[in-house]
Amino acid sequence: MLDCVPKEPVTTHTTGKINPAKTCQPLGAMYAALGIHGCLPHSHGSQGCCAYHRMALTRHFRDPAMASSSSFTEGASVFGGAANLKTSIKNIFEIYNPDIIAVHTTCLSETIGDDIPTIIKQTEIPEGKYVIHCNTPSYYGSHITGFSNMCKGIVNYLAESDGNPKKEQANIFPGFVNPADMREVKRIVTEMGVQSIMYPDTTNVMDSPLLKKYEMYPMGGAKIEDIKDSGNSKLTLALGAWSSAEAAAILQEKCKVPGVPLKIPIGIKATDALIMAVKDGFGVEVPQSLEIERGQVIDTLIDTHFHYQGKKVAIFGDPDTVIAMTEFLITMGMIPKYVLTGTNGRKFEETISAMLEEAGIEGSKVKAEGDLFDLHEWIKEEPVDLLIGNTHGKYIARAEDVPFVRFGFPIFDRAVHPLMPVTGYRGCLRLIEMISNALLDRRDRDCADEDYELVL
Amino acid sequence: MTLTELNTDEIMTPYPDKVKKNRKKHIVAKTGEAASCPQIEANTRTVPGIISQRGCCYAGCKGVVVGPIKDMITITHGPIGCGYYSWGTRRNKARADEKTPPEHLFGTMCFSTDMQESDIVFGGEKKLTKMIDEVVEIFHPRAINICSTCPIGLIGDDLSAVSKAAEAKHGIQVLHYNCEGYKGVSQSAGHHIANNQIMERIIGTGTDELEGDYIINILGEYNIGGDGWEIERILKDIGYNVNSILTGDSAYVNIKNLHKAHLNLVQCHRSINYIAEMMETKYGTPWLKVNFIGVEATIESLRDMAQCFGDEDLISRTEIVIERELAAISPELERYRKICEGKTAFAFVGGSRSHHYQYLLRDLGMEVVVAGYEFAHRDDYEGREVIPTIKSDADSKNIPELHLEPDPEMYEEPHLHLKMSKEKYDKMVEMGKLGNYDGMYPDMIDGSVMIDDPNHYETEELIEIFHPDLLFSGVRDKYISHKMGVPSKQMHSYDYSGPYAGFRGAIIFAQDVANALSTPAWKMITPPWEKDETGGDE
Repeated sequence: MLDCVPKEPVTTHTTGKINPAKTCQPLGAMYAALGIHGCLPHSHGSQGCCAYHRMALTRHFRDPAMASSSSFTEGASVFGGAANLKTSIKNIFEIYNPDIIAVHTTCLSETIGDDIPTIIKQTEIPEGKYVIHCNTPSYYGSHITGFSNMCKGIVNYLAESDGNPKKEQANIFPGFVNPADMREVKRIVTEMGVQSIMYPDTTNVMDSPLLKKYEMYPMGGAKIEDIKDSGNSKLTLALGAWSSAEAAAILQEKCKVPGVPLKIPIGIKATDALIMAVKDGFGVEVPQSLEIERGQVIDTLIDTHFHYQGKKVAIFGDPDTVIAMTEFLITMGMIPKYVLTGTNGRKFEETISAMLEEAGIEGSKVKAEGDLFDLHEWIKEEPVDLLIGNTHGKYIARAEDVPFVRFGFPIFDRAVHPLMPVTGYRGCLRLIEMISNALLDRRDRDCADEDYELVL
Repeated sequence: MTLTELNTDEIMTPYPDKVKKNRKKHIVAKTGEAASCPQIEANTRTVPGIISQRGCCYAGCKGVVVGPIKDMITITHGPIGCGYYSWGTRRNKARADEKTPPEHLFGTMCFSTDMQESDIVFGGEKKLTKMIDEVVEIFHPRAINICSTCPIGLIGDDLSAVSKAAEAKHGIQVLHYNCEGYKGVSQSAGHHIANNQIMERIIGTGTDELEGDYIINILGEYNIGGDGWEIERILKDIGYNVNSILTGDSAYVNIKNLHKAHLNLVQCHRSINYIAEMMETKYGTPWLKVNFIGVEATIESLRDMAQCFGDEDLISRTEIVIERELAAISPELERYRKICEGKTAFAFVGGSRSHHYQYLLRDLGMEVVVAGYEFAHRDDYEGREVIPTIKSDADSKNIPELHLEPDPEMYEEPHLHLKMSKEKYDKMVEMGKLGNYDGMYPDMIDGSVMIDDPNHYETEELIEIFHPDLLFSGVRDKYISHKMGVPSKQMHSYDYSGPYAGFRGAIIFAQDVANALSTPAWKMITPPWEKDETGGDE
């Protein structure tokens, strides 16, 4: 496996990406748009992008991922894609009848410089229907940037303040996470007795049930009237600096709803912070049910620490989820040895480095805008006990014989994960189980017969 | 309803007039009355916003044809997405062999220049040059492919100059493909662009002496799930020498010698007929359309091949292998056939499988009632005899055509390649055996439907009308089909199974289809509290 990767460390890889740890903006925008009820995402570019993005989403979730494309030809690429977008909007409303079309762009339409707002203004939109847009140039940032940009587009077009005193309700911007994580965060906030509006919300969209009838627009997704009403909320819980912070800032600017910057609530500390933000923001008490859940995690951590404490971990993925996960790994007494994201932003390195320093962990490598070739080189130089990341990590795991925990996006080679949360206290338990099992399975596989234990 | 009653106007009620007028030409029903295939419109631009299944030119070039060449490094020149999505997602398997050691396998890797804003503004040539330098230093590949993506053509990066300079510097071939996603109307343009470069730059540059009597290439076989290996196994048993499979598990070092073969087999006509034709023009290599999908189809293809060489010994060895293979699979196939018999299916695949799999399904007693291609041309539907009547439109005319002449040194008359008399060769051509493909239409059953570039709306409607027992399509359709209550098997990726080709492949396919049909959960969709008094499912 990966025999072409040199055995000795190389210093020559400075340009481009070899085995990237990110993908491009429009995928994130498409995912965010799927979190609006009755929405058809639309990709303004040549159709290959749309095919690829739908394919990647559908492989991760094992659920339909609907979207349309402007299907640029060479002519449109030279003279502009306005006609293609106008035709698309007409065709989509007549044939597929969504409540809203959410347009994003690709490197093609961005390089040409198509002026989307002007094209939308020139297009006839049926009564009561919406067309919103965001710009998602693939040559800047990553799919997480694209997710954030669509969140900003939703706020720009839809959120409104009616000028009345703010309602006792929270907005939740969940970040680029699975539907199960969105559901878990909503549950926690609901458990605290606080009303919430979440968007994007892909629960019951990308984890939809198989019922007797197919619905092109599944029952889930944030409703347009709720998104509009988010301008009247008391505060916004902005989960993830990369995924949600900018949309929250726009909402604050536009509708005077203060944004509370939080981590995506993976791990105890990040979940604690979410609960404290709700408690402080709304003056509510934390119910005993959540206290029990938290206590179960602490109990489990103490019960199982010897399964994983002191083990060295390599972790890669998207910045918001990796930052929170790294914090949890430190909580577990593990050593994040290599921490890498493909997405840009110095703040990633600063945040992780500060956490490691606070925990007194030295000699770790941290990198933003890195790739899996970098990570593999590091592992070859000094091995780790565990690798945590998306499906693409399985090749390194096999080549270097490292136990592997699948975490993040995309996971193409296992099922059920989009339906199981890694957020909240319940998510902590699932992560502990996955990490413990990976390490214990390896111990069971590798140990001598006489060391093979019944009880571990 | 009977299939011939299909009322396309009724299906298309919600379409705006322009769309209706366009789409009607892409649907043809087969009726006993029509003596030959009615003209179908194909290979024309996609209707914007219609939710087509099509991909792009880059996917056809990098993803399909050149990406699988195992010992070449393929660099995607563009922003990160294109390289990322085509990384490991098409199951063109490859392994090391005596000519290609494991250090030269790059199939599980993704190389991208990851263009940034500044590269769009100031151009990406320098970055590409530097990446080639680094990749050569780290990996020492035998040759490199550069595949361009949408913005490259717009910003005007000169890939020809970059490749030329890199070749001079590193002493290896660096090929570039102007396969920007907006070229043509689908993946098909990318096949053509890839064919041109491979033909012009790689084929014919090899000097290996190939040994053996019956040297063949298998063109347009991408070894999805190991298909190519199963075909190779059978052919080797019979006594053929397989020089290269283009491009599943292919190596650059073998493709260089493609012109040394006596016969080219064409499995996927759409993607590789260009090379088949050009090799015939330049080297005189004859080509034979084969189909190794389906037991009967495989047998027929093997017999056709044996006839091409006309050698009695080869013919008898062919029959021995057929008999042996049939004996090995028949009892098991019969078991699965009992589950599959009488079932109907849709086949919506790219540019060839919707036809090929009809044979395999027929082996199981199943019939395809609606068959669609994403990006095939009229000749794939109607047969190659319509090629002179196909008009190239504005969207495709910028795809370059190579006009080749017979090679002054290497050309040899086709019948000499096969050690056959000119008369016999001409007769085989006349019979339509060599250098020919009759298209999908003749193999469709009466009352069935051919549909070009089917979209989401039409798929949903046709399922409502025909209630197929199975949908064979891609991953984007798969889960939609499931929610509609129709089992779906992926015919691109084989749902991570395979091989499906040849004799052993037929068994694996049969088992997969039987499992999909008989999964117990299909009977549990209605919850017990919603069942009627008889307790049955609706």
